[in-house]
Amino acid sequence: MESQKQVIERLRTAFRSGVTTPLQFRLKQLEALLSLLEDNEPQILEAMHKDLAKPKFEAVLSEVDLVVNDLCHTISNLHSWMQPSYVGKNLATKFDDCFVRREPLGLVLIIGAWNYPLQLIVAPLIGAIAAGNCAILKPSEISKATEQLLSALIPKYLSQECYAVICGGAEETKLLLENRFDHIFYTGSQAVARSILQAAAVYLTPVTLELGGKCPCLIYGRLDIKAGAKRLVWAKFFNVGQSCVAPDYVLCTTEMRDALVPAIREALEEFYGPQAQQSPDYGRIITDRHYDRLMELLGKSEGKVVIGGDGAKEDRYMAPTVIVDLKESDALMQEEIFGPILPIITIESLDQGISFINQREKPLALYVFSDESQIVTTVLERTSSGGFCSNDGIVHMTLPGLPFGGVGASGMGSYHGRWTFETFSHRRGCMLRGWGLERISMLRYPPYSERRLGWLRWATTAKKKGWAGCSVM
Amino acid sequence: MDPVRPRGGVWQPSTLISFSQSQERKKMEKQVVDVARGAFNSGRSRPLQYRKQQLRALLRLIRERQADIAAALKQDLNRSEFDTPLLELIGLEKDIKLAESKLSDWTSPQPVEKNLLTISDDVYIQAEPLGVVLIIGAWNYPWALTLQPLVGAIAAGNAAVVKPSELSKNSASLLKELLPQYLDKEMYPVVNGGVPETQELLRQRFDHIFYTGSSTVGKVVMEAAARHLTPVTLELGGKSPCYIDKDCDIAVACRRITWGKFTNCGQTCIAPDYILCHPSIQNRVIEEIRLTLLEFYGEDPKTSPDYSRIINQHHFERVLALMEGCTVAVGGESDKTLCYIAPTILKDVLPHARVMQEEIFGPVLPIITVSDVSEVIRFINEREKPLALYVFSSDKRVIKRMLSETTSGGVVVNDVIMHYTVSSLPFGGVGNSGMGKYHGKHTFDQLSHHRACLIKSLAMESLNKARYPPLTPSRLHRARCFMLSRLCSCAQATCAWAVIATILALGLLIALLVVLLKDPVA
Repeated sequence: MESQKQVIERLRTAFRSGVTTPLQFRLKQLEALLSLLEDNEPQILEAMHKDLAKPKFEAVLSEVDLVVNDLCHTISNLHSWMQPSYVGKNLATKFDDCFVRREPLGLVLIIGAWNYPLQLIVAPLIGAIAAGNCAILKPSEISKATEQLLSALIPKYLSQECYAVICGGAEETKLLLENRFDHIFYTGSQAVARSILQAAAVYLTPVTLELGGKCPCLIYGRLDIKAGAKRLVWAKFFNVGQSCVAPDYVLCTTEMRDALVPAIREALEEFYGPQAQQSPDYGRIITDRHYDRLMELLGKSEGKVVIGGDGAKEDRYMAPTVIVDLKESDALMQEEIFGPILPIITIESLDQGISFINQREKPLALYVFSDESQIVTTVLERTSSGGFCSNDGIVHMTLPGLPFGGVGASGMGSYHGRWTFETFSHRRGCMLRGWGLERISMLRYPPYSERRLGWLRWATTAKKKGWAGCSVM
Repeated sequence: MDPVRPRGGVWQPSTLISFSQSQERKKMEKQVVDVARGAFNSGRSRPLQYRKQQLRALLRLIRERQADIAAALKQDLNRSEFDTPLLELIGLEKDIKLAESKLSDWTSPQPVEKNLLTISDDVYIQAEPLGVVLIIGAWNYPWALTLQPLVGAIAAGNAAVVKPSELSKNSASLLKELLPQYLDKEMYPVVNGGVPETQELLRQRFDHIFYTGSSTVGKVVMEAAARHLTPVTLELGGKSPCYIDKDCDIAVACRRITWGKFTNCGQTCIAPDYILCHPSIQNRVIEEIRLTLLEFYGEDPKTSPDYSRIINQHHFERVLALMEGCTVAVGGESDKTLCYIAPTILKDVLPHARVMQEEIFGPVLPIITVSDVSEVIRFINEREKPLALYVFSSDKRVIKRMLSETTSGGVVVNDVIMHYTVSSLPFGGVGNSGMGKYHGKHTFDQLSHHRACLIKSLAMESLNKARYPPLTPSRLHRARCFMLSRLCSCAQATCAWAVIATILALGLLIALLVVLLKDPVA
């Protein structure tokens, strides 16, 4: 069994050999990854079902298809992404070639998470491969079945020289982080992110951190309550609330709340039947420890449970729960819930709702439900968040054209589609000059004189409107 | 946090200062940041009108006070008055004007591609301010390297705390005096001081830290930022290699290299640090540079008004010590009282020599001989990724190999430094030479948050039904088709349309020819 250091050395040697750079190699690996997913879909679904009782529906839409979509998008566009992009020039460089090359970084580390155990490790891998890097994958040890499946399948389909899976818990990850990487991509919690950033600082390694936080859902003004409730319920209870972009809590007026609760109840029944535990479409909490944490939070809360609130530990089943009449200081409002508990906090005005949001850390996603576009625009303009979606939840992250990532405490960097490719690439500014026009170059040489400076200034200040960025040096 | 010795700075242990003084100072940094945050939270930096007004004020500052700035630089670095606009201000002016004229474009929503289910929605990326940015400047180009990030910070709608380098102390105190006279002083305060003040600043929470300086301190900055999960831009340095191929115009190459190397007395992060060339051209290279030096600075560069000085004693001694054990081909003279080191070329330098172990940042140019391009590439790749890489060659194959088999922040072929002046090129390092990019729009992008926005309506609910449980095979099938349809690429679609259009056009042409050529007599 290879040690971590041996794996790293082997992959670095492979990278140095230049094998990952040609387009053909990258495409071949991406196509192999596609085969991995297509050939093993049943096994993948089964593994995720073992880990999280992930319903087939969810696993297909949010894991397999999401990643396959990204893969196809990348395969189709990689050639054009890899082309140098030519840029506008200034007067002195008019006859030169100025362009930006995208180059691989080297050996990257991708640390996955347990809530979407396939997507959160394979989606970054797509970009890492596309950008020409070697990669070490460290899947979450908490989603054991998926971890084991990935460590069996990846070496079978992808080049073992260039990509490796390293398994283990906190200790192994800590050890891994003592090594030097050219980029670290981490999905998970803020606490761990801090220590990753500190480990990265030792080598000046750039990082992408996909974290979380409490994603607020502001419901205000005129709206179709039934439709809104359905989308809210879908987004909240998808993966039993264990999504970094799940609406964490709702902010609305008392009247809205009174209309919303029955609509939520109705939507829940429509989706999962009268007893969600019997529904094959409702997942489970990942581990006993996480189950206990959620039950404890619920126990500590001073709010009133209006829907659900029960659970079954042996099954790690927790009912879809809605809780009202909470104060800001409530236990449920102190940390990201990451479970099927939906607090509804009442506000008296839109301003109050916006202040509430702005007093807290910038969330990964922010949701507004309203049929009044003015309200949506107001919230958009007066808040900040990783991403924003109105009148729906989660779906903004399924669009490969949109960069997915946080800001502030919810993370740094972004990915999906082309953005993953860019994350794992170095943009190198290139200038190719000729030998001629030395007379122009001479203007910049000493001995300096008023006359030469005069020419330079003239060239700089002789601007027509619309001539941005003219400089002669 | 452990105390850090700044590059060339003198460490002032805080125990020398009284406890109450240090408490006062701690309050000062925190207060400044709190005031800036309050100013940002007021929302006044968001409107485009405000941002443009601040940018215009900054432009006025550098135009109206150019003489003062030049005088401060003369004191700090013996900078020639002509170098002030050339090296510091022209680029700055350009960036300000670009930001002002393009701000509406940069801040408008950027639409992106949609899928079938979002076809009637608004999908776009919106650039937003981050909040309060900390800008730590450097001493070698104290105005450009401190104010150019500020231009982007202002353009992006942020507040910014500006911490100029204390080593270029005249520029630092002039900036502290001038900036509040022109700009919103609560929104863009200047904090001066040395290591303790910088450490105190780094304990505060910022939304982005922009640091220009050494890799050593870069690590400290990143580690401090880690505590608050603050993203950073680090513009660092390293040894920028310069390869002169046998097949090139050696005279022109050497002129350009001489300019790039000895401007600002070699104290430029993208100065060619060392030369790699074939032994057969080494003497020619030395001779050409020597002649160019004569032309630029005369017989005695010490008396030339265009030749700068080393920033301080510490760096003077550091650079001098680097020459140890090497053969001086040109120069080598120095004058401690003036912090003067003559333009110096070292020949036949060995890879393990002291001068090859750290960034020189001075007017000493080592030449290392290599046998071929492969050796050059190996030599470069064995070392840390540099901020800049220079290649002088007329051979396209050599250029291609150098570009594709090495990496660096930026690269210039057949010149040095000039990529810095093209603001559409992203400027920054990779690996040890830094992270993040700036100049022109890139600064705006670096100091903005690009928020992904999906604006939907509650209508078209029937389409959404496909994704709701309970699962049925047909629902799943529909959801797969609509919500996550496999996109075909733009390239493929364009190609398909091009083919169809061509066939149609050909068909029409044939039809037209048939009509025209058809014998009218039946």
